[in-house]
Amino acid sequence: MRSVADAVAAVSAHQVTKVFGSGSDRVVALDDVSVDIRANEFFTLLGPSGCGKTTLLRLIAGFDHPTSGRIDLEGQDISYLPPYKRPVNTVFQSYALFPHMTVAENIGFGLKMLGKPQSEIDAEVSKMLKLVKMEAMRDRATSAISGGQQQRVALARALAPKPKVLLLDEPLSALDLKLRKEMQIELKRLQSETGITFIFVTHDQEEALTMSDRIAVMSAGKILQVGSPRQIYDHPSHRFVADFIGETNFLEAELTSVSKRVGKLKLGSGTTIDASLPGDGVAKGPVTAVVRPEHANLVKGKAAAASLTGKLGNIVYFGTDTHYHVALDDGGEFIVRMQNARDDAGRWSVGDAVGVSIDKDAVQVLRD
Amino acid sequence: MADTPRKPFSIRQQSGFGTIAAICFLALYAPIIVLVVYSFNSGNSIAIWEGFSWRWYEAAWANDRVKDATIVSLKLAVSASLIATVVATMAALATTRTEPFRGMTAIYAAINQPLMVPEIVTAVALLIFFAIIKVHTGYQGLGYLIAAHTAFCIPFAYLPIRARLENMDLSLERAAADLYASPWQAFRYVTLPLMAPGIMAGAMLAFVISLDDVVITEFVKSGGQDTLPTYMLGQLRRIISPEINAISTVLLAISITVVTVFFVLSRRGNKSSG
Repeated sequence: MRSVADAVAAVSAHQVTKVFGSGSDRVVALDDVSVDIRANEFFTLLGPSGCGKTTLLRLIAGFDHPTSGRIDLEGQDISYLPPYKRPVNTVFQSYALFPHMTVAENIGFGLKMLGKPQSEIDAEVSKMLKLVKMEAMRDRATSAISGGQQQRVALARALAPKPKVLLLDEPLSALDLKLRKEMQIELKRLQSETGITFIFVTHDQEEALTMSDRIAVMSAGKILQVGSPRQIYDHPSHRFVADFIGETNFLEAELTSVSKRVGKLKLGSGTTIDASLPGDGVAKGPVTAVVRPEHANLVKGKAAAASLTGKLGNIVYFGTDTHYHVALDDGGEFIVRMQNARDDAGRWSVGDAVGVSIDKDAVQVLRD
Repeated sequence: MADTPRKPFSIRQQSGFGTIAAICFLALYAPIIVLVVYSFNSGNSIAIWEGFSWRWYEAAWANDRVKDATIVSLKLAVSASLIATVVATMAALATTRTEPFRGMTAIYAAINQPLMVPEIVTAVALLIFFAIIKVHTGYQGLGYLIAAHTAFCIPFAYLPIRARLENMDLSLERAAADLYASPWQAFRYVTLPLMAPGIMAGAMLAFVISLDDVVITEFVKSGGQDTLPTYMLGQLRRIISPEINAISTVLLAISITVVTVFFVLSRRGNKSSG
């Protein structure tokens, strides 16, 4: 689906491996990672700490170099270029603002190092201050502004030299919840206004889902799945992806027929149901499938629509919705999430024999 | 009252704390106060008070040997602390801004050796070593003292500079590199200004240490070379007059000034980086 215009990726990693230490201290931080990041997209590297996402970011920034493999920027190999020769800027987790410079001097630093004349630097700094809504703070010391404002200065400083790619290393993790939500929207706005490719590193799945054009989910030095937030959420390819993002029901089942990307799945209850298959095909036999809690509904008794049957265990009320924990007749537990309505009260009670009806296209077979 | 929280343990609440503290301060400062007071004595004694006068300050000021010794002391302290600070700065950069290498601990110990080896041992060693050089070259100048003072000033300059570098957020230098600063530019515009308070502190400490030294100077100095401390020591062997008190008081004033400046500078530096 890629057009001619973005045929050359902004950044691409080719079979990148990064090993730290040797002997018994040997740690493989990145294990044969290949990924294309398109021009002008908001791309997120998502994973738990230690998954290699920050290492990949550091390799793109030039703070470290791959043990093997190659990193290209707009088609040119930059694997061994030092950071100051790469048109790539970073927003650091700690912001790393220069404490001995004012807000304006911080923002102008990159342009100064590039040898731009002072008049041009001043004009660009003013533009950047306006972009991040910090005009009034121009001559403040960086220690005299709040955390959220420091964040904006760090952003402006990294954007001022107009990099080809902006790298963001968990930049929102130090902010409180309210400020974080604001900055999420702000970052999205900045990305669309500047048209710069953003590569964003986070361990927060919600942040990744709300902001990204595409997400790469990483675990143990590998990229498991790359896709739009919807693809990642609705069609996870691996148990890890399904588990890491949102809540999920895992079903052990048997794949009885396979055709293209759809298969027939025989559940533990004996019912057969249609299921989506992961990209490069799965063989018939025992598989694990996932169903999101909100993609299923409770039905009374043993209704025909029910794919699964069981007894209602716990009922957990969340205000907008309620989680119903169903102890399945064939063992295991299945959580159904249903939105609350005015007339819901008392409709279900613990101990009821219930059926679970699963929405169409809601079953996804995992690759592992 | 039941809901009054128990006070946490405080050493100041213990009985006898005030007395012990008072004794400590008295032991530290009483001799100095006596020294300063008697520097204003109008009589010839350092023990019998005969009234206030500036007499001994005037005497010291008029004494050419005091003047010469002061000039030697200042020349020595300025050159030794400058050289020691430059060397210590380079050493601090080399031991904090490079990949850890084999033998780094040994180098750290070697740099700080003057703090650990008894001063008298260093003094004797230098005396013998420089005597050999003097025999071969005939050179009798200030160079020996500058070399000796530089050597024992290095750790005093090194420690605050190293501490400053170790507390500096490494991501600042990374950010500079990320923003197109070459390694030299990153040092010039980020590392150096941020380590400046440490360098100032190191230089001042080295200066005071050099100004104060007796043992090594006494062993290393050539004939006729006297610093203020060795001149004073020489005087004490003959007659003791309040002139010594006056010189000591001036030295004390200089030291207090330097240390105060050092303190203010390092506090301001810490504030700007925090």
